[in-house]
Amino acid sequence: MENFGLFEIIGPRMVGPSSSHTAGAVRIGNMARKIAGGEVKKAELTLYGSFAETGRGHGTDKALCAGILGLAPDDERLRYSMLLAQEAGVEVTVIFSDETLDHPNTARIRITAPDGRETEVVGASIGGGNIRINELNGMNVEFSGDYPTLIVRHRDVPGVINHVTLVLAKEKVNIAFMQVFRHVRNLDAYMIIETDSPVSQEVCELIQSWSEDVTEVRSV
Amino acid sequence: MNLDFKSGEELLALCKETGCPISAVMRSREVTLSGRSVEEIDSEMAKNLETMKESVRKGLYEPKESVSGLSGGDAERLMHRAEKALMGEDMAMLIASSMAVVEVNAAMGRIVAAPTAGASGILPGVLLSCAKKHGWTDEMLLDALYTAGAVGMLIARNASISGAEGGCQAETGTGAAMTAAALAELSGGSPEVALTAAAIALKNVMGLICDPVAGLVECPCIKRNAIGAANGILSADLALAGIKSLIPFDEVVTSMKNVGRLMSADLKETARGGIATSPTGKAIRKQLGLNEE
Repeated sequence: MENFGLFEIIGPRMVGPSSSHTAGAVRIGNMARKIAGGEVKKAELTLYGSFAETGRGHGTDKALCAGILGLAPDDERLRYSMLLAQEAGVEVTVIFSDETLDHPNTARIRITAPDGRETEVVGASIGGGNIRINELNGMNVEFSGDYPTLIVRHRDVPGVINHVTLVLAKEKVNIAFMQVFRHVRNLDAYMIIETDSPVSQEVCELIQSWSEDVTEVRSV
Repeated sequence: MNLDFKSGEELLALCKETGCPISAVMRSREVTLSGRSVEEIDSEMAKNLETMKESVRKGLYEPKESVSGLSGGDAERLMHRAEKALMGEDMAMLIASSMAVVEVNAAMGRIVAAPTAGASGILPGVLLSCAKKHGWTDEMLLDALYTAGAVGMLIARNASISGAEGGCQAETGTGAAMTAAALAELSGGSPEVALTAAAIALKNVMGLICDPVAGLVECPCIKRNAIGAANGILSADLALAGIKSLIPFDEVVTSMKNVGRLMSADLKETARGGIATSPTGKAIRKQLGLNEE
């Protein structure tokens, strides 16, 4: 039986009309922005399933755009987010896809950072404003963003996990959940670590500087 | 003492043991489970109350058309008729206030989901209107939100508060049950009376489907909040009058869950049944440029 906190019942404070199609979409956008490193030059937003079908009426496209600009789900500027993007010089493209993915409320966000680096995030809005990130740069992953999350991109070689958890132990960061994902042995892999307290930028740098096998570290 | 009550019965036992109303037990539960201080959660709840007030005010006095153009301004229309309303001015204002919030929601304004965005009008509309009439302070209203939260939490845990899982009975039914319990406690009713009020509200709309025209949170959602507000205050008055619910709260919640399971998916937020598939409903969907199911 699932347990609920008080503010899941009285709350969230949000811009309407729909907790899944609007508030959840903002959160997927927020997460994509953070994973991309916090700065966005260009973004391509693709809406699938019910997001594509009723997204216009629910402002899902505007909500995703607000999310990548870093607006909160209760920011009333949400309805003008496309205009805000234009003012900020962020190039936004919206695609309503008729392809069917696993979850009906799914969005794919491709972000180009000012330094040209590309990040692609696929997330689903699973109800009540809650989300799941399902895909990261082509890799199937799964996390909710409800906890401070450390994303470590690395080469799939022995010792990396040991190193990362050792640094976290030294910094007294308690790990709530941890998952490792890879496509092929020895190649690109992701570690998703959900923690009880946020991981600072210094700790991220400590992890990153350890070896060439760690290619990217993000605290989101 | 285990404050993580899982049923109405466990909640009533805790109230009896501590001599506290539902609001106080719920506050302690939240402090224990979240690890936050009383001050932190009270200040979070105060922000919710402020947003609720603002959403009622905006919906009544600064009405806006929704993004689709399907709704907006009905709360204001009812407010202008309030003095002549057959149901009486107070009741008309209470219902107008509830509709106002859902209109704000449809126009991409800021609201507090209670328990959802689609049912966000009932609790603030009724509580704030009654507060004006009865002189209830913000402090009392904050307590009332905890009481409402306790009832909503129990329904979410033991049934559902999502239209996609349980239909409209799970959304506006829960909103009305939360409101009824809050009103009962504010009016001096015991915890038993508060849960009786909640049980009555849920029973009144058991089986209500979720059939949004064009899949949007507008028609019939805004008017379902109107009847939900009436349901909330009516159920509170019945319980406060000493009228019992033959079926206890917990069993009503389980029954609602079972009804939700029996309900076809076509009648649960998919816009594949009810008025959503009426000829006019379909025409509106087409007119808005949305794909046909």
